[in-house]
Amino acid sequence: MTSRHATGPHIPGIAAGRIDAATLHENFADLHAAYDPHEAAVAADRCYFCHDAPCITACPTAIDIPLFIRQIATGQPEAAAKTIFEQNILGGMCARVCPTETLCEEACVREAAEGKPVEIGRLQRHATDSLMARQGHPFARAAATGKRVAVVGAGPAGLSCAHRLAMHGHDVTIYEAKPRAGGLNEYGIAAYKATNDFAAREVEWLLGIGGITIENGKALGRDITLESLRADYDAVFLGHGLGGVNGLDAEGADRAGVEDAVDFIATLRQSDDLTSLPVGRHVVVIGGGMTAVDAAVQSKLLGAEEVTLAYRRGRDRMGASRFEQDLAASKGVRLLFNVAPRAVHGNGTVREIEFEYTHEVDGRLQGTGETVRLPADQVFRAIGQNLSEDAGLDRAGGKIAVTGPGRTSMQGVWAGGDCTPGEDLTVVAVAEGRDAAEDINDALVG
Amino acid sequence: MADLTTDFLGITSPNPFWLASAPPTDKEYNVRRAFEAGWGGVVWKTLGAEGPPVVNVNGPRYGVIHGADRRVLGINNIELITDRPLEVNLEEMARVKADYPDRALIASIMVPCEEAAWKAILPRVMETGADGIELNFGCPHGMAERGMGSAVGQVPEYIEMVTRWCKTYYDRPVIVKLTPNITDIRKPALAAKNGGADAVSLINTINSITSVNLDAMAPEPMIDGKGTHGGYCGPAVKPIAMNMVAEIARDPETRGLPISGIGGITTWRDAAEFMALGAGNVQVCTAAMTYGFKIVEEMKRGLSAWMDEKGYRSTHDFIGRAVPNVTDWQYLNLNYVTKAQIDQEACIKCGRCYAACEDTSHQAIAMSADRTFTVKDDECVACNLCVDVCPVENCITMQEMAAGAVDPRTGKVVQDQYANWTSHPNNPAAVQAAE
Repeated sequence: MTSRHATGPHIPGIAAGRIDAATLHENFADLHAAYDPHEAAVAADRCYFCHDAPCITACPTAIDIPLFIRQIATGQPEAAAKTIFEQNILGGMCARVCPTETLCEEACVREAAEGKPVEIGRLQRHATDSLMARQGHPFARAAATGKRVAVVGAGPAGLSCAHRLAMHGHDVTIYEAKPRAGGLNEYGIAAYKATNDFAAREVEWLLGIGGITIENGKALGRDITLESLRADYDAVFLGHGLGGVNGLDAEGADRAGVEDAVDFIATLRQSDDLTSLPVGRHVVVIGGGMTAVDAAVQSKLLGAEEVTLAYRRGRDRMGASRFEQDLAASKGVRLLFNVAPRAVHGNGTVREIEFEYTHEVDGRLQGTGETVRLPADQVFRAIGQNLSEDAGLDRAGGKIAVTGPGRTSMQGVWAGGDCTPGEDLTVVAVAEGRDAAEDINDALVG
Repeated sequence: MADLTTDFLGITSPNPFWLASAPPTDKEYNVRRAFEAGWGGVVWKTLGAEGPPVVNVNGPRYGVIHGADRRVLGINNIELITDRPLEVNLEEMARVKADYPDRALIASIMVPCEEAAWKAILPRVMETGADGIELNFGCPHGMAERGMGSAVGQVPEYIEMVTRWCKTYYDRPVIVKLTPNITDIRKPALAAKNGGADAVSLINTINSITSVNLDAMAPEPMIDGKGTHGGYCGPAVKPIAMNMVAEIARDPETRGLPISGIGGITTWRDAAEFMALGAGNVQVCTAAMTYGFKIVEEMKRGLSAWMDEKGYRSTHDFIGRAVPNVTDWQYLNLNYVTKAQIDQEACIKCGRCYAACEDTSHQAIAMSADRTFTVKDDECVACNLCVDVCPVENCITMQEMAAGAVDPRTGKVVQDQYANWTSHPNNPAAVQAAE
């Protein structure tokens, strides 16, 4: 039951327009407002310029954080940005979406000292925004090598790889399945983390290096094959992410109203008019990672009356950081732990979802036998994604096996990002794409 | 509550906090506000000779050094002495003094270096009822080019001569304000003493360029594309001022000469430090210009609380108490051996101590793979740099080695008795210690 004219959070079923446009606009505004220059100067002054700084070690892309913060402190945010971009060309997005509370800011000695780290993420955003506001691209390409590289996937890994390759003078073609580039930055994260079309603007800015062509609507295994890419290019990098979504192992999981959280988030991100976007009155999100939090929080912000995030294990096992958990709680999402979905009830359409309480015995999850039913008009699955296309490469742990800087089991084929083992984070994907590019460059011209 | 009443040269004030001769004391309106706010005294903005007053620039007069949160660390200025008619200032001073008889009111004066000029102005100042005068021999800009201010303060003979004139034509206390823009502060202080000065006050401002505008390629404050040196003041100058105060307080020839301490005093603690080094009272300007007159309330409460804590009942109980402990390097005890010690519980593992020691000192701090920092006693010379750069207070401390212990750096047994450079065997001029 979807109605464009429904109003209010109490309308049953899945309905659009639960809250007015102005409130929606406010709800989906920037999660962390940008610093003004003075705020940035004060925040930057808190950095101790540590020796062999723990924050650098904690950053998957190893940005020289104390150096860029000092550059902000001395009044050169654009020079600071260049320090960031040298290591991480998607430093702008990472400043917005990185779980800094479990990376650089957790490692900050001021976190140990006073529980209040230097706000590295916000400072990084200040620097990168300053440079990007000029719309100038800070790097130049090396002399053309005449080498051509195919990159599959225009997400963080592919873009990072392509940019570094382009810098080295190679020509890059990126094949992207979706209509827009950016990958999860464009389709897969909460809107309030990348406002004002930042993901698209960042891609455009990144392409300013030159030498990169993106072909949209080209999916590996559907429109292109690894064989043809290997035949046509000097090297191939796969960064196509995880195309599949794990199913819900519960009775009645096929009822209407049970959806993938990633689809919901993607639809929301591509929507021009949030008042037309339907959401349930009672929403239950199943999962414990960032996608689950992003889906739950955005459901609430869209006007769902009641949103529950249900996770089968305890809070400490949740993939989403404590900051994300607190964010969800502050927006009114109820966090329910130690509950595993057992059945989806309803007459064709979901009405209720039934959970069984769980506990861990020697690290193994067991049901207690006790169950609870929650009203639900809409259920989002956010229990992980899986590799849908391995192009015949060796696998490891359900992903494309790699050694060193992204070398796959096939000569001339590299891979990185979510389709390879390791943490599924934007910043990790950027590091993997960059390092693979360096290795490809060595292989092509070394 | 400790009694903050201070007697300086027979001039009593309810507390030792005076406002220095400067923009905050340029007119009746400001001085009344200062007294209402609780200041113990003021030194009125410097008076010039009768006649057309000086003129100031019509662009920026102040430059600044900021800390991170725009905290004012230092200011410099190119303002001159009062630019209001002498008569107006004198009338206002008389009115204010009459209304605030318990507060100190001192007239600062700067007239040409001619006896007639001083002879002319002093009786008129006398009529105001001011408690004393302060001779401005310190102003480093503008007036110095005209043979006044620091141009006088840099020539001890002139200081002595003008001071003597003042003692001749004026019968209340004469304070001589000294410029720090000299090489040895004891010389002008001694000249003032020889001229009969009742006290010296110091420091006046320091010649300075606070910043250069890199677009205009000119110093700030900039007047139509040009700048000039100004007088530097505020918290940044305090260490320089305290050394000069201590030099005068401990020199045999100037010891006992009353001192009014000036230079970056911002808190009660700054004041207590100046007074411990021999200043009978203090004068404040930049702190008031930064925060307003209310700042004196913290100074009063703070000094009083500290005195209570220490059992001092009047300011005389602690004035000059640190002077005997200011000595020459050659008299420092070379048998005093300390080692840095890092409190591992307090350490936040920033590694600044390591970087400082490894790169710029004695390679006496070890760093482990898990970022544990420990002092290598066999390399530590106890320089204190690690203590200074550590962001955590009391995380790194200097621990004295007991007599009888072996210093692992030198292999020598720590001696109990005091021994200094004058008798050290490496000193070619060493005198044999008496047996």
